[in-house]
Amino acid sequence: MTALLSLSGVTKHFRGLTAVDGVSLDVEEGEICGVIGPNGAGKTTLFNMIAGVFKPDAGTISFDGGRIDGLTADAVARRGIGRTFQLVKPFPALSVEDNVIVGGLLRRPDVASARARAHELLRGLDLYDKRHQRAASLTLPDRKRLEVTRALATDPKLLLLDEVMAGLRPTETDRMVGVLRDLNRETGLTIVLIEHVMRAVMALASHILVIHHGAQIAEGEPEKVVRDPAVIESYLGVESLS
Amino acid sequence: MIARLLEGISRRGLVLLVLFFAAMIAAPFFANDYLLTVLIIILYFAFTGQAWNIMMGFAGQLSLGHALYVGLAGYLAAWLFTEFGVGPWLGLLAAIPVTMLAGAIIGFLALRFGVTGVYFAILTIAFAEFARLGFDHLTIVNGSGGYFLPVAQYDRNDLWLLRGAPVMFYYVMLAATVVALAVCRALLNSRIGYFWLAIREDEEAARAAGIDTFRYKMAAVVISAGMTAFAGVFYAFYYNNLFPEQVFHISRSIELIVGPIIGGLGTLIGPIVGAFLLTGLAETLHWLLGAIGIDVPGAKQVLYGVCLLFVIVALPGGVWPWLSRRLGFREAGK
Repeated sequence: MTALLSLSGVTKHFRGLTAVDGVSLDVEEGEICGVIGPNGAGKTTLFNMIAGVFKPDAGTISFDGGRIDGLTADAVARRGIGRTFQLVKPFPALSVEDNVIVGGLLRRPDVASARARAHELLRGLDLYDKRHQRAASLTLPDRKRLEVTRALATDPKLLLLDEVMAGLRPTETDRMVGVLRDLNRETGLTIVLIEHVMRAVMALASHILVIHHGAQIAEGEPEKVVRDPAVIESYLGVESLS
Repeated sequence: MIARLLEGISRRGLVLLVLFFAAMIAAPFFANDYLLTVLIIILYFAFTGQAWNIMMGFAGQLSLGHALYVGLAGYLAAWLFTEFGVGPWLGLLAAIPVTMLAGAIIGFLALRFGVTGVYFAILTIAFAEFARLGFDHLTIVNGSGGYFLPVAQYDRNDLWLLRGAPVMFYYVMLAATVVALAVCRALLNSRIGYFWLAIREDEEAARAAGIDTFRYKMAAVVISAGMTAFAGVFYAFYYNNLFPEQVFHISRSIELIVGPIIGGLGTLIGPIVGAFLLTGLAETLHWLLGAIGIDVPGAKQVLYGVCLLFVIVALPGGVWPWLSRRLGFREAGK
């Protein structure tokens, strides 16, 4: 079977800097794939190319049977890719509910059905009681969950999560891990996540891509990847083995 | 239809709204001629403020050139009436597509080529200025000499031709303000309204939610321009004269945006509240300074400026969000 998301030799330069250098990756439908690597490795740039914010300088990106590299961000979203941002971007002056309704309207004919879907999702992510609050008034963990909820409301086939665990306390991380795992199991949602919190990556991912200086240095099953000397050297550090 | 339009308004809000418009309907029976003209000006700004608010308050696109749409529509309807005897309502049917086209051209040039924020605003000023200079030399409407509608004594109010007494103009503008309010509310509570707010709040996040931001920003510009056309036609038939230096002047664009900013950007009631406050304030100061015998040139303008400054500093979100909390309405996100 062909992969849901397929990257082949994807490259992006910013002036003299090669931010992403020939990365190839296949993500099968229904899997959770983790992307790890040191700060500045090019993870978010890679995400932005998948999501249509940047056009790759070389290489191809295919999704659900069609090329998506070069499409605009909104066109990519309409194809079925939802995303969150590393620096959260809720619509601050709108209520929590309205934030999610905006996402829900993508594939629903009217506000009433988008609102119904929003309520359903908000309940699932423990934000229902805060639905009338302004998004700007939420705490960081809540805002991160709101972004996930808004992305889910677009009914994506693939969800791109950019460091949704960063800044969360361990209990909040566990909660987010639980939410994502349930979504993956119950709806078969495919997820690609950039993450520094290894605990979360190991708990979720069935497949890990490691990039360093824009190039992929390892890829495969989590247990194998974390024992790869190159990965330990460049990212995890020796103490992580103990 | 009406039930759907009113859906979600609290009982208290509805009562206040009905009382307010009942008072406005009754006003001409109590107001003298002077007060009536003041009320017409207030309603005119309430209407144009609502039209402008669609672009800036809802979709976050700053226009400093709305005088262009007022002027274009006013000149076109006046010209059709004077030269061909076409009535203002038919003239409006011509003026709306013309202003929409003007908005579409400006919007396309700016939004397609990534001209945003203040640069977009400057572009809107530029087009209004082009029009001002162009109309100064447009001989078929008498250039800078001004264009005049035929004025005769009318023994009755002719609503179809918009010829008659101020009280008729008052009711026309009141009806337009109510219609504008209903249209704005319907837009805001529909798909397009949600998408506009999303674009205003964070364009990148809006795009990530699948919103074609170019298309919806264009829609905001075009709808706002088309609505403003009515104000232009009204202006021409109420004042019966048009001078390029006046109608297209940037000060006209500015005075039209102060109301919604003071009243509450992006709110439905804000532009109406703002229009009352601003015009009311100007008239009160005029009367007050006269009453206490101060006759220093510019004193009114200085006091007016100080009052506005105070409102902006004390209530940065505008008067209406504060007032609606005071009146006990649930704080709405939009």
